[in-house]
Amino acid sequence: MSDPIIKFDKVVKRFGNFTVLNELDFEVGTGEKVTIIGPSGSGKSTVLRILMTLENINEGVVYVGGEPLWHERKNGALIPASEAHLRKMREQLGMVFQQFNLFPHMTVRRNLTEAPVRVLGLSKSEARNRADELLEMVGLTDQADKFPNQLSGGQQQRVGIARALAMRPKVMLFDEPTSALDPELVGEVLNVIRRLATEHDLTMLLVTHEMQFARQVSDRVCFFDKGRIVEQGVPDQLFTNPREERTREFLKAVLESEA
Amino acid sequence: MLFGIEWDTSSEWAFAVSILPILLIGMWVTIQATVLGFFVAMVLGLILAVLKAAPLRIVSWPARALTEFIRDTPLLIQLFFLYYVLPEYGIILPAFLTGALALGVQYSAYTSEVYRAGLEAILSGQREAARALNLSSVRTFTHVILPQAIPRIIPALGNYLVSIMKDVPVLSVVTVLEMLNVAKIIGDRTFDYMVPLSMVGGLYLIMTLVASAGVRYLDVMLPKRGFPLR
Repeated sequence: MSDPIIKFDKVVKRFGNFTVLNELDFEVGTGEKVTIIGPSGSGKSTVLRILMTLENINEGVVYVGGEPLWHERKNGALIPASEAHLRKMREQLGMVFQQFNLFPHMTVRRNLTEAPVRVLGLSKSEARNRADELLEMVGLTDQADKFPNQLSGGQQQRVGIARALAMRPKVMLFDEPTSALDPELVGEVLNVIRRLATEHDLTMLLVTHEMQFARQVSDRVCFFDKGRIVEQGVPDQLFTNPREERTREFLKAVLESEA
Repeated sequence: MLFGIEWDTSSEWAFAVSILPILLIGMWVTIQATVLGFFVAMVLGLILAVLKAAPLRIVSWPARALTEFIRDTPLLIQLFFLYYVLPEYGIILPAFLTGALALGVQYSAYTSEVYRAGLEAILSGQREAARALNLSSVRTFTHVILPQAIPRIIPALGNYLVSIMKDVPVLSVVTVLEMLNVAKIIGDRTFDYMVPLSMVGGLYLIMTLVASAGVRYLDVMLPKRGFPLR
């Protein structure tokens, strides 16, 4: 593995008395495609939300690109990050949400140009060109002037992917991107993600329940349970020959429900 | 005679017809006070709502306390206070402005709650998406939250417009010549209260029905997705 672009160092995250992440150590290499699987409540989405700076951490340090995410260095010590530091760090990350979270009062194109113009300082025509390229990539060129609620769920999620890519992040976070979709719409979204994974050197971190898909696109699969990584490895090994009993139980339960 | 218009007391109908223009002048004052009071309530209410939602308690607490104070004291006391006490400190406003201001302040306590509820109804996913895209908090408020909150807020605000309209007669106690005050003066001078007061009731009914219909129209017509931004 090349230099890790993401590194969790003994990270603890609690919600009240419930410990979601329990001294988690976790690394993702630059350009690596990593899938996190595990039962609900295992902390897998929390990993992404911490990286997107939507949730703070209680203990430990998270590094993105070698820089602490939730801390700043000051006189050799780590102090809690300022909003300015978080803004700078966020530039490297993009996120696709389970519920899409498109802006419903903006057209599809405006969803894609708003942040590049306002945050990156692109001119309107530059942002528009970038948006149109991305819409072509996700196959939605003819939907650019529609509003999100005029699109199907699968189309909305493809817009969500394009919107995150418009910021040119180094790391893309996918938080159960197909869980809110009708089964017949899952494929079109997975195809877009699959193309991203094979044609780009983006670092990708996915949380998903689509085991077949995880197996196809991932360089590595991590099985989370109770806030820790129980087992991780290349997909073929983890799916066909898991070492841990807990992994075997989980995979058996999931694959049975899929069959 | 009032506002230079004579009345005709030869019959009830002739009297009614002759004082209608006078009452309409009063109605115009009522409408102006309503609109100005509503404008103050909208602006001040939004400011209060934003202050109340502030993360710093030193900011949010005084705003909460002020809202509670305004809401739990009668409009008439606030009006007397503005009209009789402020001049002692050198702030002298015309009766009309004082009255409209008092209405606006009173109702800002209510509209601030409307704004708060409307803003909180925007799902956290919208804020998170804006944060993930690194939009500034000001931009997020003005271009993500507010455009989606406005269609929820406007119909509720409209209901307060009707309430403000019905509270305008309170301003008569500080000599504002709104519609009810005009009717009372006519009654005082002609000893016929029945006709002018009935007419004021009728005119009020027309005004509130029109305003309510407008509010319902907005409620239906405002697109569910928010104010579209191209």
